[in-house]
Formats: sequence, C-alpha cells, structure tokens
Amino acid sequence: MKLWKTILAATVLALATGTSAFAARTDLVIGIPLEPPHLDPTAGAAAAIDEVLYANVFEGLTRIGPKGEVLPDLAESWTISDDGKTYTFKLHTGVKFHDGTDFDANDVKFSLDRARADNSVNAQKGLFAAIDKVDVIDPATVKVTLKNPQGSFLYNMGWGDAVIVAPETADTNKEKPIGTGPFKFQSWAKGSSITLVKSDNYWGTPASLDKAEFRIVPDAAAYVPALLSGDIQAFPFFDPDSLAQVKDDPRFKVVIGSTEGETILSINNKKPPFDKLQVRQAISYALDRKAIIDGASAGLGLPIGSHMSPANKDYFDLTGRYPHDVAKAKELLKEAGLENGFKATLKLPPPGYARLGGEIIASELRDIGIDLEIIPVEWAQWLDQVFTKKDYDLTIVSHTEPNDIDIYSRKDYYFNYDNPTFDKVIADLNLTSDEAKRNELLGQAQKILADDAVVGFLYELPKVGIWDAKLQGLWENAPIQANDLTKVKWSD
Amino acid sequence: MTTYLLKRLAIALATLVLASMVVFAVLEVLPGDPARLMLGMNASADQVELLRNQMGLNAPLVLRYLRWVGGLFSLDFGRSYTYSVPVIDLVRERLAVSLPLALIALALSTIIAIPVGLFSASRRGRAGDTVAMGAAQLGVAVPNFWFALMLIYVFAVWLRLVPAGGFPGWGAGVWPALKSLLLPAVALALPQAAILARVTRSALIEVLNEDYIRTARAKGLPYRAVLWRHALRNAMIPVLTILGLQFAFLLAGTIIIENVFYLPGLGRLVFQAITQRDLIVVESVVMLLVAAVIAVNLIVDLSYAVVDPRLRSRQ
Repeated sequence: MKLWKTILAATVLALATGTSAFAARTDLVIGIPLEPPHLDPTAGAAAAIDEVLYANVFEGLTRIGPKGEVLPDLAESWTISDDGKTYTFKLHTGVKFHDGTDFDANDVKFSLDRARADNSVNAQKGLFAAIDKVDVIDPATVKVTLKNPQGSFLYNMGWGDAVIVAPETADTNKEKPIGTGPFKFQSWAKGSSITLVKSDNYWGTPASLDKAEFRIVPDAAAYVPALLSGDIQAFPFFDPDSLAQVKDDPRFKVVIGSTEGETILSINNKKPPFDKLQVRQAISYALDRKAIIDGASAGLGLPIGSHMSPANKDYFDLTGRYPHDVAKAKELLKEAGLENGFKATLKLPPPGYARLGGEIIASELRDIGIDLEIIPVEWAQWLDQVFTKKDYDLTIVSHTEPNDIDIYSRKDYYFNYDNPTFDKVIADLNLTSDEAKRNELLGQAQKILADDAVVGFLYELPKVGIWDAKLQGLWENAPIQANDLTKVKWSD
Repeated sequence: MTTYLLKRLAIALATLVLASMVVFAVLEVLPGDPARLMLGMNASADQVELLRNQMGLNAPLVLRYLRWVGGLFSLDFGRSYTYSVPVIDLVRERLAVSLPLALIALALSTIIAIPVGLFSASRRGRAGDTVAMGAAQLGVAVPNFWFALMLIYVFAVWLRLVPAGGFPGWGAGVWPALKSLLLPAVALALPQAAILARVTRSALIEVLNEDYIRTARAKGLPYRAVLWRHALRNAMIPVLTILGLQFAFLLAGTIIIENVFYLPGLGRLVFQAITQRDLIVVESVVMLLVAAVIAVNLIVDLSYAVVDPRLRSRQ
C-alpha cells in the first residue's frame, strides 16, 4: 500500500513538473543568410546589420512599422512649423541606454550631427542632407531646422541609419552595440551567431522573448534540415526554391509578403543603341514578366511596370504599359534601324533572381534579334564595373531601398538617365509634405519612367518567410529590411 | 641530418617570401573596392574616398606591401577592413573549429583506411577485395556535400542525435562542441578514407611482390607478421605523403562542408573575406595556410626518415 502511495506521489510530481515544460517558450533561434560585417547601423549599408539590430537594440526618433508607416519611437510626438522647416520633437523621458546611462536630447543632437558631419561615413548620408541645425531646447525637447521643407523627413528619421546612439559608446558600437531598445546585445560568435537578451530597464512595452539568437546559415541547402530538426525556428527570408519541401508541413507557417525590392533589368541609357527610346521600349515589349517570375522566383513576386512596390500606398499600376508583344518589339527595333538585331552584354551579380532571370531574359531578347553575352560577376566586381564605372550594357539587380524612385534623378547614377522633366517632379516631391500632392507627384514620376522605358521593370522581390506555426508577431512584409522581434511571442 | 634540416628550413623561408609577393600582387589586381562594398549604393564618391583614406587603402602599393610583410614578421597580421578587429583574433576563433575538425576527420580517415587497405591487399582479387575497393570507388565518387546532407537527414532530422549544423563554441562545453563536429568530420573523412585506402592497397601490393617478403615467408614468419612488420612499414611512404596533403586540404579546403553545416571555420572566413574584398584577411590567412602546408611537408619529409632508416643514413 505504501508502495502505491509512493508511485502515485511520484506520478503526480512527474506530471506537475511535466506540465511546466508546456508553458510558452521564451527563446527563439532565427536563421539569417548573411553575417553582418559589424553591428553599427550608422556605419554600413549591409542589410544584415539592420536585420539583427533594427527596433530590437537600436531605436530612432521615429520608426517604420510593419506596413511601411511612420510611427513615433523615442520621440513621443512632434510639431511641424507652418513653413515645414522646423520640427520640434518631444522625447520620451526615463529612457536608458543598455549601459545604464540616461538618454536625452543631447544624444539626439549628437547622433544627427555625427551622421551629417563632413567626415561621416554613414552609408545613407543623404537622409540628413536637408538638416540645417539641431538645437537642444531642454532634455526632453529637440528642435531640428531644415534648409528647405522635406516631405519625407519623418520617414527618413525612421531608417536604421538614423538611430540614436550615445556619444560614449558610438565608436564601439561596431563590436558592442549599446542602444535603447527592448533587447540588449549579449554576444557575437563570429561566423556563427549573434545573441540578444531582453533588456530589464526598457522604457516601453517589454518584449515577450527572453532571448533571441540570430544564427548565420549561408547555404540554402541547410535551411530545410535546420527547420526540420528544430534547431532553427524561423527563417524570415527563406529560399523560394526550397519551399516545396516544407510548405505542406503543418508544423510550419509559410508567409509570402512583399518587399521594397524592385527587380529590374538596368539599361545603360547613354550607351548606343540603348540611347534610342525605341530600343529600350522594344526590350520592354520583349520581356515576359510571368515567365521571368516563374523561372527566377518560383512563381512568387508581383510584376511591376515602374519603380514602385505594389504594396506601397503611392503605387500606380503600369504593368499594362508594355504587354509581352514580340511583333511590336521587332517593329520598334526596325524603326530604330536595327532590324538585323545587335549584340550586347548582360552582367549578372550572384543572387538567384539575377542568374536565373538572366538566362530567361537572354532567350527572350534573342527572339527579337538581340544577342546577349552573359557575364557573371561577383558583388565587388558589380559595384566596381557596373555601378561605379558604368561599364555595362544591361544588368539585373534588385533595388531594395524603400521609396527610392529618386535614384533616377541622381546625377551620375549608373542608369545614365537624364530627364529634366523627371528631375523637376522629384525636386517638387522633396519639397511637398501634403499626402495628396505627394501621391500625385509620385504617380507622375512612375509614369515618366514607364514612358521612357528607362529600364526593364520586372517584378517586386517577394519576402518568403517560414516559421514554427506556434510563433506569432513576425513581420509578414518587409517595408524595410528588419526582423522586428518586439511583438514576437510563442502561443501556448 | 642537421645540414639537411637547415637546407629544408631555408627553402621553406624562401617559399614563404615568394608566396607573400604572389598573394599580395594577385589580390591587388582583383577588381572591387572594400570601401564601396561597405557603404553600398547610396553613398557618394567623396564618402567612399573618405573611407578609403580611413582604411589606409590610398597608400602606395609598395608601402602597403612592406607594411604588411613587416607586420607578418612580428606576428601582427593587421586589422580586418570589414570586421575592424585584428586578423589574428579572427583566425584564432576560426582555428578553434577548423583544427579540431581537421584532426578528427584525419584520425577517422586513417582508422578506416589503413585496415581496409591491409584487408584488400592481403585478399587481392578475391571477393572481399572487390567489395572493399568497390566501396572505396563509391566513396571517391560521391560528392561530399550530398553525403553530408544524407547524414543530416538521418542523424539530425530523423534520429535527432546531433544538431543539423552550427557550432555552439567550446564555451558551451566539450561534448556539445564535439557533437556538432561529428557529422562534418564523418562527411569529410569518408572520401579521404576512400582515397587513402586505395593508396594503401596499391602500395602494399607493390611491396608484397618484393623478394624480401618471399624470404620472410620462406624463413617461416606467419603471413600476418609479414604483413604488419615488413610490408606495411615499407608501404608507409606514399601513405604519409597523401596524409600530409589531406591535412592541408582539411584545414582550409572544407568550405563546402562548412557551408552545409554552417560551421564558422577557416574556409568560410576566407570565402567571406574574398567576396567582401577584405583583402588583408585573405592575404594573411592565405599566408598562414602556405606556412602550414610548408610545415606539414617538412614534418612528412622528416617522418620518411623515421620510417625508413636508409633515408636517415643517406643524409
């Protein structure tokens, strides 16, 4: 009898301890394909830096939300002067950096002044170009005066490159990032993983996760076994070609979202015969976007007709401007005096969308008599030869920066496109903050680019995310490149 | 023996100096700018120039070469452009993965290959030999990344005995760290073992045809003793040569296996540094590997003398 009691007691105890194991998890391992070169978002263009740190460790005056909207962050509110040139930010109080020091208006002034200084190597220095001066009114108020009104100023301040850092730790953030966010940096095993833990003295809503590890998995072949074995519970940027192996598995949730990555066939607009409008238009007619999306992106991704994401509120559908029409394309080439076709080169950087898409585009252009020589290049070569020296005819690349239609108005940009009418629209846009007017101007800009067939607009890069079905709160879309973990939690 | 050793050391040093020039020159002509890579497509040309100055990339070529080689002599390998930490720290972290991995794989490959080679050679032409060498042929032919994926599916996904990849670091304990190196070591060892077994077999067969083997058998020594004492020892020279080459390969040529298991090894460091044009890292690691290969060759040369007394007396 006593034995039975013992067994019963042991069983109850085992059940009791057993059930505690069913309480919601508070740790997460996320797979990322590329390792950040360092951990300072204000000192590098690599998307991998923001994919680990944005919103988690570092915060800015404003931030970009999951739909691409501007939200208050360290600034709880702001007022804009009538002439649109003065922004007065009211800051949250009681905010502390992870090293225990206080955050106040002086840190804001320091961060903005540092990013726009002459010796600044901020990769997005252009975001700060409109700032004339930054004044500290009191510890909780900061006034930013612009040289001219800038419609996108609040959005610009939400970029990862505009996060607020402390003067004492700014120079060591590359190795040991110190921010104000809900997670603090714990460790970085180079080549292997970066670990964040929950910050105890966070000023806002604390994170649900206690620990988040970003594990670097460079090879797409390793994604599936890592998921199946349970070693990694989420790949926010998964390989579309591996999806078939896991998409029907009920343990995982597949989420297809949008990005801000306009994948385009860039054309050197000054290099004959591409300086002729008919030639560029012929190329646009020759492209079969559906076939390209099927072959280069596993059928995922939306076709585009100009330089704007279909997920963007200012998107105008121009995909009907150049339907796939080989006869029309040939006719245009004939008008340009090139009925016998010509030879050109197509330089392809390493990503799958370029290498796979390039093969398809080469065969489509061969149908209208353009004979392309495919030249695969590394990123370093691409940046050097194509982007900097403009030594190319055609190339394929995804422009992943959000709201970047202004690149077509930049002097000396690698498209070699020069259209004063377009430049005027962008200049007006920069000075406009009224939403309705901005929408109209952005519509004009998109239409001009489509009419001029500046480049071959292909499709919007999809965001293919896959994670454990019990995981909630990861972003569906990628309006900016980030893995915001502030609202992520495990359901019971 | 001393003059032999000195001569070998002098040759090794000259090789190092020559290699340093070739490595530096080859990498400098590669197109690509590390500063532009770091700043991306939105930075202005002035900013790229500023960063190039900060990184010391604008100094004359010869000056940069001398600075680098001068540093090498005092074991200062410079600072990584992208990571901005000393190169030697990066290498040390990576060696903590690559060196144990290479040693385990080499040990596994030797433990498998030598007995298989002996077994096959002593049963030359019989069924056992055919089966063993057929398996070795398969081992050489199967791509190791495919084999690695099969291992992952069986032992990590299905049986869940080991992690599918990654390296927790030695700080997480010896067993967890070793556990994560087991599958990659097996994946690396099997193709190497297959090659080694074939070399062992053919070296042994050649030796077994020698007159002194017949003499040893004639004087009444059992076959097993002849095989182990006389034949294997004489067949060791080609086997050691292959082992030396394999070690050099296992130390840095394992990039594919490192990618499949996402291990932070030396091969991946070099690969990543090349794509990011972190030239100082590439140059320094390549030099270290050159030094390692030279050292391994030296050790192999010296071990010939250990197994073969004739080589000792000749010098």
